[in-house]
Amino acid sequence: METVLSLLETALELGLISSLTVLALFLSYSMLNVCDLSTDGCFTLGASVGAVVAISGHPYLAIVAAMAAGMTSGLVTALLQTKFGIDSLLSGIIVNTALYSVNIAVMGNSSLLNMNKTETVFTKMKSALEGTFLSGEYRLIVALIAVAAVVVFLSLFLRTKLGLAIRATGNNPDMVRSSSINPVVTTIVGLCIANAFTGLSGCLLAQSQKGVNIDIGSGMVTIALASLLVGRAFLGRGKIAVRAVGAVLGAFVFRLVYTVALRFDMPAFMLKLVSSVIVIIAISGPYLKKQYPQLKRRLTHKRAKGVQ
Amino acid sequence: MLSLSDLKITFNPGTPDEKTALNGLSLEVKKGDFITIIGANGAGKSTLFNVIAGDYLTDSGSIVLDGEDITFKPSHKRSKTIGRIFQDPMRGSAPGMSIEENLALAAGHGGWLSAVSKADKKLFREKLAELGMGLEDRMSHPVGLLSGGQRQALTLLMATINPPKLLLLDEHTAALDPGTAEKVLNLTVKTVEEGKLTCLMITHNMQSALELGNRTVMMADGNIIYDVSGNERKNVTVQNLLEKFKEASGKALDNDRMLLT
Repeated sequence: METVLSLLETALELGLISSLTVLALFLSYSMLNVCDLSTDGCFTLGASVGAVVAISGHPYLAIVAAMAAGMTSGLVTALLQTKFGIDSLLSGIIVNTALYSVNIAVMGNSSLLNMNKTETVFTKMKSALEGTFLSGEYRLIVALIAVAAVVVFLSLFLRTKLGLAIRATGNNPDMVRSSSINPVVTTIVGLCIANAFTGLSGCLLAQSQKGVNIDIGSGMVTIALASLLVGRAFLGRGKIAVRAVGAVLGAFVFRLVYTVALRFDMPAFMLKLVSSVIVIIAISGPYLKKQYPQLKRRLTHKRAKGVQ
Repeated sequence: MLSLSDLKITFNPGTPDEKTALNGLSLEVKKGDFITIIGANGAGKSTLFNVIAGDYLTDSGSIVLDGEDITFKPSHKRSKTIGRIFQDPMRGSAPGMSIEENLALAAGHGGWLSAVSKADKKLFREKLAELGMGLEDRMSHPVGLLSGGQRQALTLLMATINPPKLLLLDEHTAALDPGTAEKVLNLTVKTVEEGKLTCLMITHNMQSALELGNRTVMMADGNIIYDVSGNERKNVTVQNLLEKFKEASGKALDNDRMLLT
């Protein structure tokens, strides 16, 4: 029983923190229809910037700084694809590569930062909850607050005129232009906000693990995409708020399955393979299903011919 | 109102695919004009609309709308004053968003961070009811669930909810079945008349080109070859149009979708 509870807790905590990245992709991938491949680098950027600022003694400023750094990275990605004629996938990859150098520079020519004795939002929360019945759950509570804030923000924001314009940009850019809105602006705003969340996600993961290494964000985009698609399978329709909660749920379920698999001796290095397979199944599944009748027809057609 | 002078545009210049789509076209449109445009395939009708709406910038010439030179204005800024409906009913609205959300974007009321107001919802409901398609009870449904005719009627409403200075209709009923096409066309005429809108309409139906509006323009090879309005237009028949075309361009009118009746 103890182990089941602790399993759930780990999955919930990791799921909530990474769900911030899933919510970022919910905005960029599901709404804006841009697959933002700078996510990995941006996650690490948030982690490293947040760590450096926290280490210098500003635990709250660390959060703001990580989000601002993510936003800047999103701005660069967005400008490359809207103003500099670089394909959207390629601009993500370019920014991701560049961020590797930036991240090492941010961490002071090191690929590792230790925050064992650093004051962070987590340690602040821990001391605030000292003596209450929630004292053991401080990490969960911090993650929960962040996720709730982002979900509420997204469900309100996506109902505003700007939010509607961002959704329409991903849905039908022609129509956005004919509504006298510049799709360049909506793409820039959307990617800035999404990457701010990715940065926040990285920052919180680093602080809850009490350390950053340069690989902290590697594979994040696939993991988050897998979570997003898992969530879509549960709560993929209806209001924006419901779908945003679905994204969070997806992140949790993904982490839960992964944590359970670890219990059953799946080696930890399999995480990325598993997430890749989930993304492949979720995206190609519907496509193959659509192809299936023709494939079947072709096979029976050949067989019938063979008989003749 | 709208004054086009000496518009020229050539696609793929210097290649074997070179095509002069507009060749020194000039047109003066008066406020309240409803002009129907006919012409053969490749005459430059749709290019003319793309140029007016700002999708393409011309190689030479100028476009003046209501006293403002918009020759180099980007398309998303022109769309504030120019409404436009395409042949493809899917192009005018976002399928993944609800009817209400589509209308809210088209209306563009309020600031960037304001949500759809109660007053707007009421306005949308009234306007939708006028379409007579029962859409007012489906405002929260995704537009992707609507039929082509319903989507085109919605696009008409979206294009005219803020009365535009100019409405461009590019064969906007051609992809619909005849019954629906007639309904959408009637709605269009009603909207244009009630709003006293200035309107250009491309059509392949020669008869309705002569019946609708107050002026008919025929295009060939990127220019206007025949322009008729007023009393003279009342006596023009489809046969006259065909003769005019042959006379001006030296060949028979060739449009595979042209309806001669």
